[in-house]
Amino acid sequence: MSNQNRTMYGGRIDRGKVINFVFNGKKYKGFHGDTLASALLANDVHLVGRSFKYHRARGILTAGSEEPNAIVQLGLGARTEPNMRATEIELYEGLEAASQNCWPSVNYDIGSLNNVLSSIFPAGFYYKTFKWPPSLWLFYEHFIRKAAGLGHSPTAKNPDRYEQKFYYCDLTIVGGGISGLLSALAAGRSGCSVLLIDENPELGGYLLDYNFSINEKDGIKWIKNIVDELYSMDNVRILKRTTAMGYYDYNYLTALEKVTNHCDQLSKTLPRERYWRVRSKKIVLAQGAFERPLVFADNDRPGIMMASAGKKYLSRYGVLPGKSVVLFTNNDHAYQTAFEFNDKGAKLSVVDTRENIDSRIQKKCEDLGIKLYSSSSIISTSGNKKVNQIEVQKVDRKQNELSGECITLDTDCILMSGGWNPAVQLFSQSRGKLRYDNLLNTFVPDKLIQDQIIIGCNNGCFDLSKNLNHSYQEGLNVAKDLNYEIADSINWSGEEEISFTESSVEPYMLGKKKVTKGSKHFIDFQNDVTASDIFLAQREGYISVEHTKRYTTTGMGTDQGKTSNVNALALMSHIHDKPVDEIGHTTFRPPFSPQTFGAIAGRSVDHLFDPERRTSIHKWHEENNAVFEDVGQWKRPYYFPKKKENIHDAVKRECLAVRNSLGMLDASTLGKIDLRGPDTTKFLNMIYTNAWSKLEIGSCRYGLMCNEHGMIFDDGVTTRLGEDHYHMTTTTGGAARVISWLEEFLQTEWLDMEVFCTSVTEQWTVLSISGPNSRKFLQELTDIDLSKENFPFMKFREGKVCGIDSRVFRISFTGELSFEVNVPSRYGRFVWEQFMQHGKKYNITPYGTETMHVLRAEKGFIIVGQDTDGSVTPMDMNMDWIVSKKKQDFLGKRSFTRPDTLRSDRKKFVGLLVNDKKTVLPEGSHIVEKVLKQPPMKMLGHVTSSYYSPILGHPIALAMVKNGTNRLGEKVEIPLMNGKVIEATIADTVFYDKEGNKNNE
Amino acid sequence: MFVINCPYCGERDQTEFSCHGEAHIARPDNPAEVSDEEWGEYLFFRNNPKGIHFERWTHDHGCRRWFNVMRDTVSDKIIKTYKMGDQKPGVTDV
Repeated sequence: MSNQNRTMYGGRIDRGKVINFVFNGKKYKGFHGDTLASALLANDVHLVGRSFKYHRARGILTAGSEEPNAIVQLGLGARTEPNMRATEIELYEGLEAASQNCWPSVNYDIGSLNNVLSSIFPAGFYYKTFKWPPSLWLFYEHFIRKAAGLGHSPTAKNPDRYEQKFYYCDLTIVGGGISGLLSALAAGRSGCSVLLIDENPELGGYLLDYNFSINEKDGIKWIKNIVDELYSMDNVRILKRTTAMGYYDYNYLTALEKVTNHCDQLSKTLPRERYWRVRSKKIVLAQGAFERPLVFADNDRPGIMMASAGKKYLSRYGVLPGKSVVLFTNNDHAYQTAFEFNDKGAKLSVVDTRENIDSRIQKKCEDLGIKLYSSSSIISTSGNKKVNQIEVQKVDRKQNELSGECITLDTDCILMSGGWNPAVQLFSQSRGKLRYDNLLNTFVPDKLIQDQIIIGCNNGCFDLSKNLNHSYQEGLNVAKDLNYEIADSINWSGEEEISFTESSVEPYMLGKKKVTKGSKHFIDFQNDVTASDIFLAQREGYISVEHTKRYTTTGMGTDQGKTSNVNALALMSHIHDKPVDEIGHTTFRPPFSPQTFGAIAGRSVDHLFDPERRTSIHKWHEENNAVFEDVGQWKRPYYFPKKKENIHDAVKRECLAVRNSLGMLDASTLGKIDLRGPDTTKFLNMIYTNAWSKLEIGSCRYGLMCNEHGMIFDDGVTTRLGEDHYHMTTTTGGAARVISWLEEFLQTEWLDMEVFCTSVTEQWTVLSISGPNSRKFLQELTDIDLSKENFPFMKFREGKVCGIDSRVFRISFTGELSFEVNVPSRYGRFVWEQFMQHGKKYNITPYGTETMHVLRAEKGFIIVGQDTDGSVTPMDMNMDWIVSKKKQDFLGKRSFTRPDTLRSDRKKFVGLLVNDKKTVLPEGSHIVEKVLKQPPMKMLGHVTSSYYSPILGHPIALAMVKNGTNRLGEKVEIPLMNGKVIEATIADTVFYDKEGNKNNE
Repeated sequence: MFVINCPYCGERDQTEFSCHGEAHIARPDNPAEVSDEEWGEYLFFRNNPKGIHFERWTHDHGCRRWFNVMRDTVSDKIIKTYKMGDQKPGVTDV
């Protein structure tokens, strides 16, 4: 039988549209407008999942985002999502969902043995049991995680698109119940730009499920009219199916919009979810309240649900979850649900903890034939996979105990109501302060911190007329504060069939005897925290609310204690006999509900995660088989393998080509900064360690930059182009850092200096040609006289290269005769191809960064950031020659005489030659004097660069070694990860062409 | 997440800016003449007050200018933003 619990008529579902879905492999039918939860209840499916720890049978507790029990695995394959609340999932054709945390099935779950053994699993069980020995924790963890689980994440990559939206407006309203609607209406009519956010598919809030009137008109029609008017306003934007997740400083709000999650067909044009980042001048919180469960023995069985949820299933979805129903309440409001159930044909009994019940209610119960047990409590429930029987007993308030005869009642559904908790999560996130209200027995907003307003039930007010007037007025007030011409005031009056009044809620707590023994009184359904766990935590000294939370896990999990927090605090207050205010509460943190990482990441995934920078020659590199390496955001050719070459073969070939004839490197990624202004020379003298005053126009100079700690920070060659005009180069990865560094000092320290810095990295393509044939080769393509006499080393010339106006620098990072040809980027590839074509006769060889590294290491040239690590001075690198003794001041100078930088045992830059002549040491290897069987042993330093040198025919390495320059020729040992120990000898840092003749050719 | 009033561009989201620690730490005029202790003070020691704090910010994804911010570290309220070289405001000025 299908939809056997569906009423004959009623509800806000479309009975003309049947929707097929699958739950736990079985096919069911529901209607358009159903949630998964309502459709399951309609089909008499109550057992939906197994609990976290004890694997107890669990059903559907609520009808909204606060659901702790009915969490399911939704969808299949790459789109599967764990921990989805069945109460929020809108039914769509073909939906597939399954229970979590059960094996082999939700009906026969092996893990439910935990329930039988529960006396050995109290709070803190895992902490106490598995802490020793520490080495076995990983072993235990595997099984614990498997047994105590939520859903599983997809193993394949999510194929959906997620978007992000930045939004600015006058007013954001969170919650589209009547309070939020009226504030939006008032502000909207006054001309404010308004964003209205609601997590449901339909605006109107909980009143959609109740009988009420506004200004003596039917309430439901009234809601529709307001919603229509709001949609007609251009200045009001409405987001349904959107949950406000985080409320941060300066009224910054994040919200997750489920755009197409509820559709059976994925849209080609729309994203699955959209993440909103909203900044508004004012925020109105109108999130309403969550109904509070009652704590009694075995209050977690399927068939036990919140009274308001029962009302929603009946009124909104036309589902009668039970035929023989017991309402368990401590307030008047829940009686509306009882009467509605009675009206739809259920047999009703009411257990009310209060002694004095409104006489009108008593009368109505009598008239309808509803049996009312006043001053009573449910003391036990039974039923394995669904509740089938309860016991009721009188409450003796004076003794704080239960007394008298136990009455047994048969039932298939318990509706419970312990009052209402305002949804203060966002308010608390925004740093708003809460106070405990002794009439409502819950926390309500007290002190507002941000530019915000909190209205309606969210503000702890449950009087309909008051809320209507207050909400509308606050909307007008916002408009007035923001200097809009405000719309007319309106007097509102509203009436509910039975209203929720503060004075009628009675604090309810069980007698101590019953709580500590026997069955489980659940406080936190999702984390299986019982009242006795809270007692235990207090006995064991976890008295602070933060400790109790962490020790028992109450209030954790995917629902973050939306139904459990207040009861846990009330119980602690009861145990310590202290007011709840003194117990305090834990802090709410974002997100309000679980949210996908996909939405947070938005489009910043895959190749859009980080910008990718490419040189103007990039395409040629791709076409010519380059293997790329990431250097900062740049893609640089790593090496250019020919047919069957591996990296070693290719690098060897490229290295030898440069040393023997001609190689070409795309050096465009080097940072380039154009410096101009009358104080530029003075400025360079402060920035670099060496002196710049005497550099002639047309000359280049290598410079080191240190930070104020005296540590090397960047290096590069800077050229004087004119009297007040320089061209600075930096490392590829350091370019942005360097220009920021220059700006910092110009803008904050030396405000009187007139220097302008412009990044020109991307304006120039740099072709570095290197090798003994480079002069001969380039002379054939340029009008610049390249002869040794007219264009010496470290000089700069301008002229035509391949017909293009170019800047040519005679500098070398390989130790060979080299020219760096700079051409405007738009000609980069053209000139590169001309060089390749013309260079054939010299066997011109394009080379990548690996070859560049090998060649510079053979010469002992440092790479900042590889051989240095931010803790080395120029002296540590044996670069005393570049530190001016004459300059009064430059950045870093004063720190060179700090005691620590003067230490004689500092690590120094040295070369390293392995004694076996064949092992290429792993970079980062530790260097010791002598490898001992066991630590500790004397550490000397580490390997910073290490390569095989093709021209020398053996490996070379560079290293930082304590007191290294005084150890030349000494033997050291390098233990490898595989246990082998390599012997090496400390050597000079220059391995090739020590005299430096080659680049002076 | 702050809204920061850049003295050059106006109010912008915090994501456009970055913070560079305490403001009004002047580099000694003649570093060679200061003691190791004074130099260490300049390099390493910063205030971390509960209350009013002066700090340097840059509008990285905007005008790229440096400026100063006077902020209450308790409420996270930005009390004032002002240009480099402007007088440090006193608590009574605002």
